[in-house]
Order: sequence, then C-alpha cells, then structure tokens
Amino acid sequence: MTQQTQASAPSNASAKNPVLEVKELCVSYGKVEALTNASITVGEGQIVTVIGPNGAGKTTMLSAIMGVLGSRGQVAFDGSLEVVPEVERMVARGMTLVPEKRELFGEMSVEDNLVLGAFQRYRMGKRDHAQTLEEVYALFPRLKERRDQHAGTMSGGERQMLAVGRALMAKPKLLMLDEPSLGLAPLIVREIFRIISELRRRGVSILLVEQNARAALQVADYAYVLETGQIAMQGPAHELADDPRVIEAYLGFGGKHQAMLST
Amino acid sequence: MDMSIALILGQDGITNGAIYALLALALVLVFAVTRVIFIQQGEFVAYGALTLAMMQSGATPATVWLLVAMGGLVTAFDGLKALKAGQMQRAGMVAGWNLAYPLALVAVLSALPVNELPLVLQVVLTLAIVVPMGPMMYRLMYQPIASAPVLILLIVSVALHIAMVGLGLLFFGAEGHRTPAFSELSFDLGPLMVTGQTIWVLVVSVLLIVALYQFFERTLYGKALRATAINRVGAQLMGISPALAGKLTFFLAAFIGALSGVLIAPITTIYYDTGFLIGLKGFVAAIIGGLASYPIAALGAIAVGLLEAFASFWASAYKEVIVFTLIIPVLLWRSLTSHHVEEEE
Repeated sequence: MTQQTQASAPSNASAKNPVLEVKELCVSYGKVEALTNASITVGEGQIVTVIGPNGAGKTTMLSAIMGVLGSRGQVAFDGSLEVVPEVERMVARGMTLVPEKRELFGEMSVEDNLVLGAFQRYRMGKRDHAQTLEEVYALFPRLKERRDQHAGTMSGGERQMLAVGRALMAKPKLLMLDEPSLGLAPLIVREIFRIISELRRRGVSILLVEQNARAALQVADYAYVLETGQIAMQGPAHELADDPRVIEAYLGFGGKHQAMLST
Repeated sequence: MDMSIALILGQDGITNGAIYALLALALVLVFAVTRVIFIQQGEFVAYGALTLAMMQSGATPATVWLLVAMGGLVTAFDGLKALKAGQMQRAGMVAGWNLAYPLALVAVLSALPVNELPLVLQVVLTLAIVVPMGPMMYRLMYQPIASAPVLILLIVSVALHIAMVGLGLLFFGAEGHRTPAFSELSFDLGPLMVTGQTIWVLVVSVLLIVALYQFFERTLYGKALRATAINRVGAQLMGISPALAGKLTFFLAAFIGALSGVLIAPITTIYYDTGFLIGLKGFVAAIIGGLASYPIAALGAIAVGLLEAFASFWASAYKEVIVFTLIIPVLLWRSLTSHHVEEEE
C-alpha cells in the first residue's frame, strides 16, 4: 500500500492525487521572515512529515496553511486554490489542525469537546455527528470511559487523544498534527503513532509536524526537513532516515542532538 | 415598617431583581464570548419599551428607520465583499437579512393599524425591530476590532451608549411612557396584593433563564458559544468563527434587553435615558458574579433589586447611591479573595 518505493525526486512525486499542494509559502512576523518559499505536497492517503529543530518554522507553516496566520504564496487544497486561506473555510472544506497546545475546552466535558469538532459539518446541514462520535470512541475507548469528565482534568496523553479525536469529528480529508508527541511519556507516544498509522489505513491524509524525527520517519511516506524557515531536504521517509546528515542532526545520540546541519 | 410594607417592598425588589438578573446574564455572556462590556444593554431595554409605546400610540416606531440604516450599512460592507468574491448566494443572504427584512418590516408597520393589533403581536413586532440591531451593531462596530484590548472595546461601548441615548431622544422625545399591563389580573396573597404584571415578569424571567440554560447545555450552537468563551483559538479551529459567535451573542443580549424593556414598561415610566440606570444595576449584579459566574450574577441581581426596594422606602433620595455603593465592598472583597489575572493579549 505504501508509496515509498519511488526514487528520490526533487518533489513529492509519490503523491499521485495531491490533497494539499503548497507552493512558495512565505510568512513574515514584521520584518523577520519565519517561512521562506516553502513548497510541500501531501498525496491522498499519505502521511507526510515535516521535521526540523525548534523554531524552524514548522508550527508557522501549519498555521499559515490553515489560515490562522496571514501568508503569501499558494495553497491548493483538495483541487482548488486558496488565495488567502481562511480558517472557517478551510475547516468547512475538510482540513483540520490539531495544534501543539491542544486548545481543548477545559471546562467542558470530553463528549462536548468531541461534538464541537463536528460544528462546521453540523452548520452545513450534515447531522451525522452521533455516528461519527461512536467511530471516534471505537478508536479511543479511553475517551468513551471519560466522556462526562471535564477535559481540563485529564492527563497529557488523554488530552492529546481528545484533541485528535475532536479533529476527527470533522471527518477531515487532511489532518494536520502539530507535535502530537510533545511532552508525552514514551508509551503514550507509541500509542499516538499507532493511531496515526491506523488513521492512514482508514484513508485520512496526514501532515505530521514532529521533533521526534525517529518516530515520524518510521510512520511517514514522505518527509521534509525544515530549517530556519526553508525546506532544506526532502525525500521518501525511509531514504531520509538513512541519510547520514539526517542521522547526525536528528536521529543520532537518541535524537537529542539538534544542531544545524553542517554541509 | 410593618409586615405588609415589607412584603410589598419584597415583591417590588424581586420583580425588579428578576429583570436585573436577565440583564446581568446577558452582560456576563457578552463579556465571556466577545470581551465587550455591553454598556448599551440598557438602551436596548429603553428601545424595547418605547418602541412598544410608540406603536400603541399609533405612530410608526422610528427605531425601524435605524434598523433600515444599520442593515443598509451591513449590506454595503458584507454584500459588496461577497459580490466581489463572486459568492452570489452569500451576497443574496446578506441583502435578504439586512436590507429586504428591515424594508419588509417598514411595509408591514405602515400597512397594518399597529395600535389596534393585539398586545402579543405588538410585542413580537417590537422584538422584530429592536433585536436584529444587536447582531448588526456587532458586525459594524465590534467585528472589525474584535481582537482589540478590552479597554478599546469598552470605549466603543461607551460611545455607542451615548449615541443610542441621543438617538432615543430624537426617536421618542423627552416625555416618558408607560404601556398598559399585560393583564389586569391581580389577587391577594395574605396581606400582599400580587399584580398580573409581577407574575408575568417572574414567569418570563424564569422561563428565559431555563431556556438559556438549555440552549447552552444542549444545543451545538450554545456549546459553540461556551467553547468560544473558554478557548477562542480552539473554537476557531473547529470552524466557529469569532464573527459568528459575536453576532449570535449580541442577538441574545439584544433579545434579553428588548424583552426586559417590554416587561417593565407597564411597571415603570420609561424615558429615553432610563435604560442606562437599569442596565447599570444589571451591571452591578454582573460584577458581583465577577463578569464570569451566571448563578452568582443572578443571585446578585435579586439582592440589588431588594436593596433598591428597601432603600427607596428608608431613604428614597439616596436609593441609587445605596445600590451603587454596594459595588465598593464587592470589588474590595473580590480583589482580596481572587488572584489578579493579567489580560492575555
């Protein structure tokens, strides 16, 4: 099923039907350019990962694609071009972002949090959230056990599951995950990545931003390395995982060594 | 003071307190969702009461022209924007709600003998005129600066309050009005004579509070407003736009304000500027609840109503002073018991 057998190409050639095509995206904070001409492609049913050190612009890129941040460049999603991405519209068209800080509704129950994930579908007249809810509970039985608990009282791992589950309530065509493993215990990280693979098996396209490069490259089809706001390297994930520069910068020494690439 | 006077004052206090409770809930809601301090809540009360009074005197309520003007502006901004973006359907929706609807209301008002209509229809027409001004006001005045600091939003509220009072004088004149009671019914409860209007106020208030509770607990739109109040960014990522939440909130607040006005118009004489004092008492109650707690705000409102009633008996010249002085110990107590939270920007 995986499409990682393609030879290394200058772009994500393995993406046959691109769900997301970003071309020359630029974001500036005042005079500082946080993202420069970043171009990435996510194919249908693919897991594409963007790895890179802290402050490289990974979160900025996701926010710009989602329309939370203003940007210049082209974002084509699901076959049509967005001149200026606008959050509400992107959600309506099937894009969801699980942000790094989760952004849950802490004083509301787990179930209310989940149901709100289907808000945009509900607004467009698709009243199937009860069924979607059961599907999400099937994927995360833990959330079903805690359905009446306040989201704010849950553990870090449960909160991440809730954030992912809430995003899935929108039945997204493209799920964007920002550092889903950040701050979680290794066992829970493994569980999160198991779920990411499971979601791909169900046909959800995923754009995964991670500092945990080892785990991300294991699960992804294609990978980009983002450094100081620019795409420094890209290729099929298994090839990048064998690349000595990536090994030195992101995988060696238990993945803790995150110095700049010395080329 | 004997028992019967105390009972009469108590009845007065609870009746007014119920109205203050509604206004306080609206204030807390508006602040939680949009961070706007809704000073002009009181003007919606006065507009509701006086629009009804004007209708009963046989004139076309001038407030409908304000609605036409506001709707025209909204159409000019949003309709043209949608046209430019090629979203014909959206442009049609905008023009329908903001242009066609107010004009249709004008047509209905001039075609019907409004002063001969049954009271319930007059009330419905009053709400139909005044309530849509809420979301339009949000669209025109707050949406463009939705992320501004609380202080800027407050300044806008003060400006709108002053503008609305001025327009109120223009629309309704300087004289006060009192509308006939909803029912002439009254009965004796021991030494106490309970009037029909008191029953109306209490029943409608309780029903409205229950309905609001159900709305926020059970419906997805209600939950979306709560979610926006809890976490703006998270709500936005669910596709709940701040603009939608703001307009919905202002719709509810305007509805509560206008309905309160209609309810108390038979009890008190309402002038063009009476709304401010009424709104301010709701505000005192909302402050008691820290602009955050609905139940405490509602209880605070009843306390404000009772305090006002008894103060007007013992020291009627100072009754407003006494009510507003209440805010000082409350603020003192709140500042001693709660931690100061820096405004997030």
